[in-house]
Amino acid sequence: MRNIWTICKKEMKSYFSSPVGYLLLTMFALIIGFFFWNVVGYFAMMGQRQMQMGGNMNVNEFVVRPLIQNMSVVGLFLIPLITMRLFAEEKRQGTIELLLTSPISDIEMLVGKWLSAVFMYGAMVAFASISFFFLFAYGNPDLKPMLVGFLGLMLQAGALLSLGLFISTTTKNQIIAGSTTFGVSLLLWTFEWVAGYETAAWAKVMSYISVIPHFESFARGVIDTKDVIYFVSLTFLGLFLTARSLESLRWRS
Amino acid sequence: MIRVEGLTKRYAQNLAVDRISFEVEKGRIVGFLGPNGAGKTTTMRMLTCYMPPSAGKASVAGFDCVSQPQEVKKRIGYLPETPPLYPDMTVDEYLLFVGALKGIPAGELARRVSDVEERCAVADVKAKLISKLSKGYRQRVGLAQAIIHNPDVLILDEPTSGLDPRQIMETRDLIKGLAGDHTIILSTHILQEVEAMCEQVIVIAKGQLRAIETLDSLIARGVGAVDVEIEPREGELNFPMVKKVLEQTPGVTTVTQTGEVRNNRVRFAVESSAGHDARGDIARAVVGANLNLNELRSGLEKIYLELTGTTPAAAVPAAAEETEA
Repeated sequence: MRNIWTICKKEMKSYFSSPVGYLLLTMFALIIGFFFWNVVGYFAMMGQRQMQMGGNMNVNEFVVRPLIQNMSVVGLFLIPLITMRLFAEEKRQGTIELLLTSPISDIEMLVGKWLSAVFMYGAMVAFASISFFFLFAYGNPDLKPMLVGFLGLMLQAGALLSLGLFISTTTKNQIIAGSTTFGVSLLLWTFEWVAGYETAAWAKVMSYISVIPHFESFARGVIDTKDVIYFVSLTFLGLFLTARSLESLRWRS
Repeated sequence: MIRVEGLTKRYAQNLAVDRISFEVEKGRIVGFLGPNGAGKTTTMRMLTCYMPPSAGKASVAGFDCVSQPQEVKKRIGYLPETPPLYPDMTVDEYLLFVGALKGIPAGELARRVSDVEERCAVADVKAKLISKLSKGYRQRVGLAQAIIHNPDVLILDEPTSGLDPRQIMETRDLIKGLAGDHTIILSTHILQEVEAMCEQVIVIAKGQLRAIETLDSLIARGVGAVDVEIEPREGELNFPMVKKVLEQTPGVTTVTQTGEVRNNRVRFAVESSAGHDARGDIARAVVGANLNLNELRSGLEKIYLELTGTTPAAAVPAAAEETEA
């Protein structure tokens, strides 16, 4: 346990001893802030029209849900930036030799690194979510579905970060690690498109593999066991691949 | 303390380390000598559990490197050829991190860090970023990292490479100061380094073990071959006279010129009959003939080259000259 924390703390520090951490926080908050401004603007206009017709609009459905969905998509683009250096940089610097000859297990090392990435993403989500508090000041959104949305964001990030971690072990070049992770994330996002025109078994499988359909229920504020299992098992797959990759690193290097 | 039996490392096509066996006693400083690419780093990496051997066994303090790596790692301090430093940490942060990684209890950590900073003479830069440090300081921070958990065994891969002469001397003194408490294996391709620091020498070349000897016995083997540099005390060098003086020294069998006459100086490789130490006689003869003896060294180089099986670059032109003469 202590070893995991040692590694995790060191990684967290290194995000913030370079501009990377601040940049990620700022970019994510800026993008989500802009989205928030747009969504709220649109909501205000539509709300007035609805009122004239005597209807009512739900803040959760028209503001929170699209925003959380957008956060999930923007996250896909930023996740490679979080994970790309985790192992690639250690390999380039030669510090991997220090880690691999220290009395800690590979599992502790990779879990520590993965946790630090999850914390980093969590910090980005928390910072960007300041906007949401304004909704409570001027309206009465429902908190619970919002929290479920955040849970979904973290589960999705945990899965993609573990894949990014694995990809980072395969190279000493951060750019290669980052762009490969980006490609994989993007494909996992778009795989569900095939479901739009094909109903064969392979299309069903592809759309099931895709991240987006599993995220939708969380954005709506619903916890579906099927989707939780999907994200958790994807996380374990990523961490398992990382462990195997570290082991093969020892044999090959 | 360290026991290696038939250690082998095979990469796809080539054999990096080929059935090496040796033993190192506790408290010794052992030099791992061999040309670049001999398999020194690979052997060290197997000892530190960085990579598993293809065949054979290695154990440190009675623990097997393959089946009990965690126990071995606790007892080993390792300084790779390039010190494994994080440039964006300060020296303090770095050593605190490594200390925690090596399992030093949190309560003792701060004290251990300031201890090794003192010992490795890096206390004056402890608040500086590692990226701002000079090469000598980085090397010492690397050493501090290796000894922070007070390991039984220290494995140092070319600890003085790339340092300036003063830093080399300081690093050597530091390492010598660590002996006794620690068993030290250090690799090098520099002969003087072994001469200056080690008690025992393990020579490897092309992945094979060529010799395990104490430094004294290696030097004893070297006395039969001596390198000298001679300069006349005044006037021009009289080459035939100088050569004759050497040849007539008792015990000397062959005298070979090495290199050209430069700045009125000439170098010879002098061999004497087996087991005979002719150094004193040579010195007396040279000085007696009104010549300056600039340098007299036992020919460790020759033994090194013989053992590692490489042809010395300097000997080739010398041999050519000999046939011309």
